[in-house]
Amino acid sequence: MIPPTYERAASLQQALQQLASTPGRPIQPIAGGTNLLDLMKLQVMQPSGLLDVNALPLDAITLTEEGGLQLGATARNADTAYHPLVEREYPLLAAAILAAASPQIRNMASNGGNLLQRTRCTYFYDRATPCNKREPGSGCSAVGGLTKYHAILGASEHCIATHPSDMCVALAALDATVHVASVRGTRAIPFGEFHRLPGDQPEQDSTLAADELITHLTLPPGGRFAAHSAYLKIRERLSYAFALVSVAAALEIGPDGRITDARLALGSVAHKPWRSTDAEQLLIGTMPGDAAFESAADRLLEGAQSQGQNAFKIPLARRAVVRALQAATEGTIDNRGRRRGQPEHAA
Amino acid sequence: MSEFPASGVATPPPPATHASPLYPLRLTINGEAYTLEVESTVSLLDLLRDRLQLTGTKKGCDHGQCGACTVLVDGRRINSCLTLAVMQQGADITTVEGLANGDALHPLQQAFIAKDALQCGYCTPGQLCSAQGLINEGQACTRDQVRELMSGNICRCGAYPQITDAVMTVLEETQGTPDAPEPSPGHWTPGTVPA
Repeated sequence: MIPPTYERAASLQQALQQLASTPGRPIQPIAGGTNLLDLMKLQVMQPSGLLDVNALPLDAITLTEEGGLQLGATARNADTAYHPLVEREYPLLAAAILAAASPQIRNMASNGGNLLQRTRCTYFYDRATPCNKREPGSGCSAVGGLTKYHAILGASEHCIATHPSDMCVALAALDATVHVASVRGTRAIPFGEFHRLPGDQPEQDSTLAADELITHLTLPPGGRFAAHSAYLKIRERLSYAFALVSVAAALEIGPDGRITDARLALGSVAHKPWRSTDAEQLLIGTMPGDAAFESAADRLLEGAQSQGQNAFKIPLARRAVVRALQAATEGTIDNRGRRRGQPEHAA
Repeated sequence: MSEFPASGVATPPPPATHASPLYPLRLTINGEAYTLEVESTVSLLDLLRDRLQLTGTKKGCDHGQCGACTVLVDGRRINSCLTLAVMQQGADITTVEGLANGDALHPLQQAFIAKDALQCGYCTPGQLCSAQGLINEGQACTRDQVRELMSGNICRCGAYPQITDAVMTVLEETQGTPDAPEPSPGHWTPGTVPA
């Protein structure tokens, strides 16, 4: 590892000036560092400097004026998942975070860093193989290679990697907004526009500019989905594994039993959490049931394509969507069978 | 307790393979204050093992996948391989060397022996620190919850049932036996609920 410089940012302004003064972003902000340091050890990422943002006042978890939620960029994943406001109003987000990684990593990993984590594509990690994300223009080794964890939606010939986050799947479903700052000012990015599809620039994971820093996330008032939401994660072992497919499902069910609003997002199937408002619209006005759920799943998976070894993910994702919607209807919020209103310690 | 440098004593810099700047660092490890200088690339794990000879903390994978390097930072369990030493300015760190009180073993250490919760023992320092972190967090009462919340610590000898026994023993001493029986997964499809 070529030793990077290290600096502790003392103020947000100082941090932003530092980022602005290093074009091309050789200086990398670091909070938890759980993914960045791993990639630095493997020389997949080699920043010339690290800017430690942990001392900045960006770790608050509070209510917004509109009754929504504000999540600080440096608040830890564990503190977010176990926060009483999150447990009560956004159980989908808590369930997604707790399905991810290990307790140690959740204690370290920050909310901003969760968004900015890189793909776990084997070829991205292996410097002996070509990878357009690691080395633009070198080619994609995953196409025609080992593709079990790769995309079935939104891929390009240049990159078939997936975004590995669980938290982001829930944030996508819950219509989060990503707030970023730079010396040029602040910007609010709708969650669906934060991560990007690979196209011919797979080295760009997101629309965050080189001089911008994530300061916080906001969520609209969430109570209406709290009674009927579920995060279903399908993986090869029962804990501490990345998803093959994951589903965030959230329903609002009216007094007559019909669905009045619906959210659906898939994880580990594309370069970003995958949503389709068309699929969600199909659910609105229907009685919860498999027929409606299957139609929504089919619409959400429209255009899905196998890369060879990952063909199984298409029917798996379809069935997972149906099961997540069944669970959301019943108020079962995670793989552990935990129900709405049951805190973790009384599951 | 560590026999290593007490307050105010700096460790000598390591043999330099190339000129890299040193960064000042003050932190507390197992109750002792250290004033050090480290390169930016030194992980907390390497600081503990290679600079301070606190070799109780183990290096398994060095990528955050095995949990052997788990230590407590301000009472929270983390993977010491995935954080830089320089990022731990002012932190209060507890390693496995800091769990026992002199010759009196920590209750978790006693329970691991009593329940036969180790074979080769390589993962044990990380298991112990992780279990103390789990107790501090207060999110686990049942065996299922202990298993789920100890999943960041791999034991290749497969002593998981005994590790769970040991952690449960200390949890119950700390919190009392849970009132509620073990939850039933209900109609949720078996195989997706951690056993």
